[in-house]
Amino acid sequence: MASSSSDAAGAGRPGGSFRRPGDRVFSGLATGAGVTILALLAGVAIFLMIEAWPAITAPAEDIPGGEGLWHLIAPLAFGTVLGSLIAILLAVPMAIGVSLYITHFAPRRLSQTLGYIIDLLAAVPSIVYGLWGIAVLGPAAVGMHRWLAGNLGFIPFFEGPASATGRTMLVVGVVLGVMILPIITAVTREVFSQTPRAQIEAALALGATRWEMIRMTVLPFGKSAVIGGSMLGLGRALGETMAVTIILSVSGAVTLNLISSGNPSTIAANIALNFPESSGLAVNALIASGLALFAITLVVNMAARAVIYRSEQALR
Amino acid sequence: MSTASVASSARAPITHDSLPAWGPWAVVGGVLLAAVALGSATEVALGVLLLLGVVLSVGVVYVWSRAVEGSRRAKDRSVTIAVTASFLLAIAPLVSVLYTVLSRGLARFDAPFFTETARNVVGEGGGASHAIVGTLVITGVATLASVPIGIMAAIYLHEYGSGRLKKALTFFVDVMTGIPSIVAGLFAVALFVLFFGPGIRLGVMGAVALSVLMIPIVVRSTEEMLKIVPDGLREASYALGVPKWRTIVKVVLPTALAGIITGVMVAVARVIGETAPLLITTGVFSSMNSNPFDGRMSNLPVFAFNQYKFPGAIPEPYIDRAWAAALTLIVIVMTLSLAARLIYRRFGTDIR
Amino acid sequence: MSSAKSVEVSDLDLYYGSFHAVQNVNMTIQPNKVTALIGSSGCGKSTFLRSLNRMHELVHGARVEGSVILEGQDIYAPDVDPVAVRSQVGMVFQQPNPFPTMSIYENVAAGLRLNSRRMKKPAMDEIVERSLRGANLWEEVKNRLERAGSGLSGGQQQRLCIARAIAVEPEVLLMDEPCSALDPVATLAIEELIRELKVNYTIVIVTHNMQQASRASDITGFFNLEESGKPGRLVEIDETETIFSNPANKATEDYVTGRFG
Ligand SMILES: Nc1ncnc2c1ncn2[C@@H]1O[C@H](COP(=O)(O)OP(=O)(O)OP(=O)(O)O)[C@@H](O)[C@H]1O
Ligand SMILES: [Mg+2]
Repeated sequence: MASSSSDAAGAGRPGGSFRRPGDRVFSGLATGAGVTILALLAGVAIFLMIEAWPAITAPAEDIPGGEGLWHLIAPLAFGTVLGSLIAILLAVPMAIGVSLYITHFAPRRLSQTLGYIIDLLAAVPSIVYGLWGIAVLGPAAVGMHRWLAGNLGFIPFFEGPASATGRTMLVVGVVLGVMILPIITAVTREVFSQTPRAQIEAALALGATRWEMIRMTVLPFGKSAVIGGSMLGLGRALGETMAVTIILSVSGAVTLNLISSGNPSTIAANIALNFPESSGLAVNALIASGLALFAITLVVNMAARAVIYRSEQALR
Repeated sequence: MSTASVASSARAPITHDSLPAWGPWAVVGGVLLAAVALGSATEVALGVLLLLGVVLSVGVVYVWSRAVEGSRRAKDRSVTIAVTASFLLAIAPLVSVLYTVLSRGLARFDAPFFTETARNVVGEGGGASHAIVGTLVITGVATLASVPIGIMAAIYLHEYGSGRLKKALTFFVDVMTGIPSIVAGLFAVALFVLFFGPGIRLGVMGAVALSVLMIPIVVRSTEEMLKIVPDGLREASYALGVPKWRTIVKVVLPTALAGIITGVMVAVARVIGETAPLLITTGVFSSMNSNPFDGRMSNLPVFAFNQYKFPGAIPEPYIDRAWAAALTLIVIVMTLSLAARLIYRRFGTDIR
Repeated sequence: MSSAKSVEVSDLDLYYGSFHAVQNVNMTIQPNKVTALIGSSGCGKSTFLRSLNRMHELVHGARVEGSVILEGQDIYAPDVDPVAVRSQVGMVFQQPNPFPTMSIYENVAAGLRLNSRRMKKPAMDEIVERSLRGANLWEEVKNRLERAGSGLSGGQQQRLCIARAIAVEPEVLLMDEPCSALDPVATLAIEELIRELKVNYTIVIVTHNMQQASRASDITGFFNLEESGKPGRLVEIDETETIFSNPANKATEDYVTGRFG
């Protein structure tokens, strides 16, 4: 569509390659804006690199903690990934369920409104989720934490001792899951609703129940969208800051124990907590950890986009 | 007959016994009521019991339906319940968040909150007017920077772009929507530190960080809106001899205007509650400062965070102020989202 | 092996919301015969056809009044399961619609897997082969059963869809303009197939092609629309020969001789 309209104006008009000055200026401005954005993204990488460099090259004992950058970042990366994995495990099945409900189960005239309600989840600022997590969800989950420690304590995740405040990795994972649910749902809902009518009717005409129809058509059709959407959600969960900063009670321990009060922090939360009081090389070290986070999320997001683009191409 | 045949087993009559229409819902309702009753009697959290209740009712309905209607219908029914439950479960946090923010935020949602600052406030009283002004200024500057760049880039992508630059830009704009907000903040820090030295805190640094987050949203939504402007409109204009740039400015943009405004409002709603990038760029400040180029600048999200994180000897007034700030944010964000939707409904539908 | 059945349609009225699409149809569809439905565009042939396997009600707001009796059982009775109806009344659509993510084999087996999940592999193989042979497709695909069904030509895809429909051994087979997306050679192949299939099935086929109706069908029903906005009606149904040589109704004669407005 884009190319057809530009052809219509460029080549189609009499005068061939002649372009009015107005056109030249305007298209120059538009192109300039595009280039600016690419430069901005490159700038993010470059400036982070410049400010992280002193920490990367500094001797290990000068880095906060005294054991070098790697020992600073690794436990944080562990915490980051752990919390995000819980979120993904919870949010992906939910997102599939929600998308199916909206596209194939809910009364048709409601489905748009229901989609909008799910989108509102994304509109709630993360600081509010953080306050909600520490004030409502955490305390409400204390009983369950105790139950898990008492009954499933043999599983490393629920080893305990159970936190008395609910400021645990498990609660953080749940809150992150809630936050990324609308992101995943937005992608999967769209694709589920585009399942070709002919496919759906073919399945139903064979005598499939609604669920069998979904298994035969909607889910295979939306598979890459589910993968791509989940990775987008993962990218968001990895970088989420405030909800973790507020909720998680941090000891720095590297542990799989999800329900105790001693948790690894995450890269983002560690920056938010320590940046305001840091100076000198500590700032560089925090920026270096931010650079690592940037690299991780960039890879995840690029992979997600590649998957989504491929699935969109396949639909054409 | 030796040939394999479906008919022998499956040629069942087309009539069948079925559960009464109220059956499955009665099961779900009964089990959930039991869960609520149990919840008030034990210390296990209600949410967990409801969750187990859903799982249990899926199981009960499956077994019952399987006995009466066979396994295919049983599976269909279980999935229906599970999918419906997952939707209700998904909006439960939204309801809880809104209820919590409203009930706790109203305590200090009063006139002084909007007229006074936190300057020299210890304990009760004080307000967040400085933070509100700061949020408006910072978000305003970010919007002023992002909207022209975002819209022009979208025009490039849809009206002019071709080849590798277009491909790269499309891809990286999408990738950019995934940049963690804290990284955007660090970028602003790294940029300004390089020119102004360490320790610098400015309102405009926050605006730069928010712009990084806003621009891709504006580009994407504007591009979507340009896509639904019919090509016929453009061609009609070219046919009259109107140059391309004037066609875009006078025909295409006005047609897509409602959608573009909607997109901008959604983008503003998305960044106005961002806390992390502002926490490390604008710093903490308890007095009024409306100049983004002059030192620390307060804003609502950071105000809420600090009141909650660092309460005084008597924490209640601080925590009340934090919730009031959260409520203010939610009101702003929800108003923006709803208004965006209404504008689009009211003015935007005729371009489809 | 499969028992063709008759279908008795009485006082059938079909609606889309408040729009009355088809009015008061009465007909008997005879077993082991091919019944062709003809009529101008928009007169409700597809709508009628889709009411015979309860696909009509899938459209939002669509309604059915009257009865469709399949071998003594009204398929619109309250205790009837539409899913069971559809597994006994198969359907082939205008556009070939194999499942794109499934292989040729899986496409044919798709319906079988629904009903007889625990069917053994050799038994399944046998039915797949029989259905593909029945659809005159076996020789062309027997060496590439694991390839995607969507990689076949249009005519092959349509025959694959027919194989998929007959694999579950329905009693009635509905076809809505099954040849309209195909070239003449593929069309003749499908017509040939239809004549073979009536040995085992009751077949109802919608077509715009007069020659096809006269070549392939035993009975022909003519639908017409008095004017647009009014519901379509069944004007006349009779032996195909009679409809094409000596119809009772003037409108039928005009239509089959090509004099329609
Ligand atoms: N999904 C629908 N919603 C509302 N009205 C419909 C729908 N499908 C068909 N109709 C209307 O019902 C009437 C009959 O349509 P139908 O598709 O049955 O015609 P047809 O005889 O099959 O035509 P054709 O030969 O073009 O396929 C038409 O007026 C059509 O506009
Ligand atoms: Mg039709």
